Amino acid sequence: MAVTLAQAINQALHDAMSEDERVLVFGEDVGKLGGVFRVTDKLQETFSEDRCFDTPLAESGIIGTAIGLAMYGYRPVPEMQFDGFTYPAFEQIVSHLAKMPNRSRGRVKLPVTIRIPYGGGIGAVEHHSESPEAYWAHTAGLKVFTPGTPEDAYSMMRAAIAMDDPVIFLEPKRRYWMKSDTALPVETEAPHKAVVRRQGTDVSVFCYGPMVRTALEAADAAADEGWSLEVVDLRSLNPLDTPTIVESVKRTGRAIVVHEAAQTLGMGAEIAARVQEHAFYALEAPVLRATGYDTPYPPAKLEEFWLPDVDRILDLVERSLGY
Amino acid sequence: MADAAIDPRELLPPDEPVHLLDPDGTYHEDPDHPIDLDDAGLRELYRLMVVTRKVDREAINLQRQGQLGVYASCMGQEAAQVGSAYALADEDWIFPSYRELGAALVRQVDAAGLLHLYRGTWLSDHDPYKHHFGLMSIPIGTQALHATGFAMGARLDNNPIVTMTYYGDGGTSEGDPHEAMTFAGVTKAPVIFFVQNNQYAISVPLEKQTAAPTLAHKAVGYGLPGRRCDGNDVLATYALTKKAVERARRGEGPTFIEALTYRMEAHTTSDDPSRYRTKDELDEAAKTDPIARMRNFLQQRDLYDTELEQAIEDQAQEVATYVRAGIYDAPHGDPMELFEHVYVDPTGHFELQREQLRAELDAGHGEG
Repeated sequence: MAVTLAQAINQALHDAMSEDERVLVFGEDVGKLGGVFRVTDKLQETFSEDRCFDTPLAESGIIGTAIGLAMYGYRPVPEMQFDGFTYPAFEQIVSHLAKMPNRSRGRVKLPVTIRIPYGGGIGAVEHHSESPEAYWAHTAGLKVFTPGTPEDAYSMMRAAIAMDDPVIFLEPKRRYWMKSDTALPVETEAPHKAVVRRQGTDVSVFCYGPMVRTALEAADAAADEGWSLEVVDLRSLNPLDTPTIVESVKRTGRAIVVHEAAQTLGMGAEIAARVQEHAFYALEAPVLRATGYDTPYPPAKLEEFWLPDVDRILDLVERSLGY
Repeated sequence: MADAAIDPRELLPPDEPVHLLDPDGTYHEDPDHPIDLDDAGLRELYRLMVVTRKVDREAINLQRQGQLGVYASCMGQEAAQVGSAYALADEDWIFPSYRELGAALVRQVDAAGLLHLYRGTWLSDHDPYKHHFGLMSIPIGTQALHATGFAMGARLDNNPIVTMTYYGDGGTSEGDPHEAMTFAGVTKAPVIFFVQNNQYAISVPLEKQTAAPTLAHKAVGYGLPGRRCDGNDVLATYALTKKAVERARRGEGPTFIEALTYRMEAHTTSDDPSRYRTKDELDEAAKTDPIARMRNFLQQRDLYDTELEQAIEDQAQEVATYVRAGIYDAPHGDPMELFEHVYVDPTGHFELQREQLRAELDAGHGEG
């Protein structure tokens, strides 16, 4: 049966709410409307307004009250409607959600899963296409997950909600309508593990979220040129599965990191650092990065020039192989 | 659509703050704000204020002796904190800022443990679930949202508890308390926003903080009743809070309380208030001291004698001595604990960094 990534998350929320009365879904427009992307469709109808409710339009309020609800004993799954609107909640996330368990010596647990549709490629207006993952991955106390397939979207969401740690759950919005023939429920690998989506021998391509499909398309195109790409879906950005990353580079000797987020101090920088630290003698070429540019996210009509795509990846593959 | 049943005039703060005790201890009965305490309860309010001041002074001394990195005194605010916290039931929750020693002592939080934040031995040492007392929150006003979320949870769970959060006049300028009032108003969460208006946000006086007629007026825009009381009158803070607690417990929603008080000490021990306020102003404020006022009241009621005075003084000294013993030269814990509580499930996180610190410790790094 074909299921979209958005439907998979909807089903995961539904199943988590069915199994555990403490799971609450809330945010802007998640109730009657079912979310602007319909990810929370029918949850209010099914589980009542007590368990899936619309909040006032105030992101810090959404996360701050989620912390209070979690302290009480609930398992909140708040939604931030868009990536660019998470910033009003930055202080609650960084200063409290991430730190309170540590400050309290583990006495306070905050099993909060923050859902954030992120990334570009849908022709959206300003502030609706951002990739803020590095902020969250840089913050100790948070786990940061991002699925690249409908199966992972279901399974990783279930795992995130079941965890006692706070999780930033980044949903690749341009892949919401991506379909997969799969039956739900499905259980994939543990969320902290990276997964080799396609095996290859020449270059390792590390990607996550919306770029998983792009990287796989690049691997198809590369095959036509006679290049064998290994595509590794990171899935978790904190923790990062260093062993899987390093093993892949030891096999191929070359690495390219792909992400939409701007380059400087993005995930690519961290991965490059880890690769050179742990696979230095295996490297045949420097680690290269196919990313967004160090500019603000562009207006919609220019985003195709900004976003990494198959061509940008293939250019780097050629460069890497040229060393 | 807004609740048509709310008459906005009822949300407005009355012209006069609730005031039951004059500085000389004269009691003014107010049928809207009755005192339901027996003699023991009245003495207890006084005792808690005296102990608070003693421990507060001890903390300042400990800082002067280099035992605390910094300390934020609550001197002058004892009535605001003790009276309001005492109006809650044990199962009700408090979400404090960093200046709530008085409220913490009402909740029997270990005062030495509380001061570890200021010594830097650890960040928070008490069990919030044992005392129903949240972690002291340093980012201003942010805890108002935690109190609101907790109260929303209690309401969803049909649990008749109430939460109360403390912050100051400066905190009412931050965004989070406003978002908290918005959420609390809409959800009718049983939460009380207790603002100690101590006239200063570090050096910035109230008139530079807001153009609102009073801080309590800010509540009206969110559909909350804004109420005010003399914050140096422990009977007024108790009675007004009690009324708000009962209202919240009946399911009628949140209340905002502004307690008018004065910060007698510096913002923290790192501050120099002589740069922004005069000795005359301080002398004037001292005349409204909350502890002397309650003592005068007890004396007038024949509830106070030298025996009680000595007993309370001894007890306050005992707590202060206990705090000193707990803090003085208190060692830091095992550095490896830094990795201990960051995640419930640390799989995949900082394994190599943990090994690095272990190796550094084995090699004697950080010693001396």
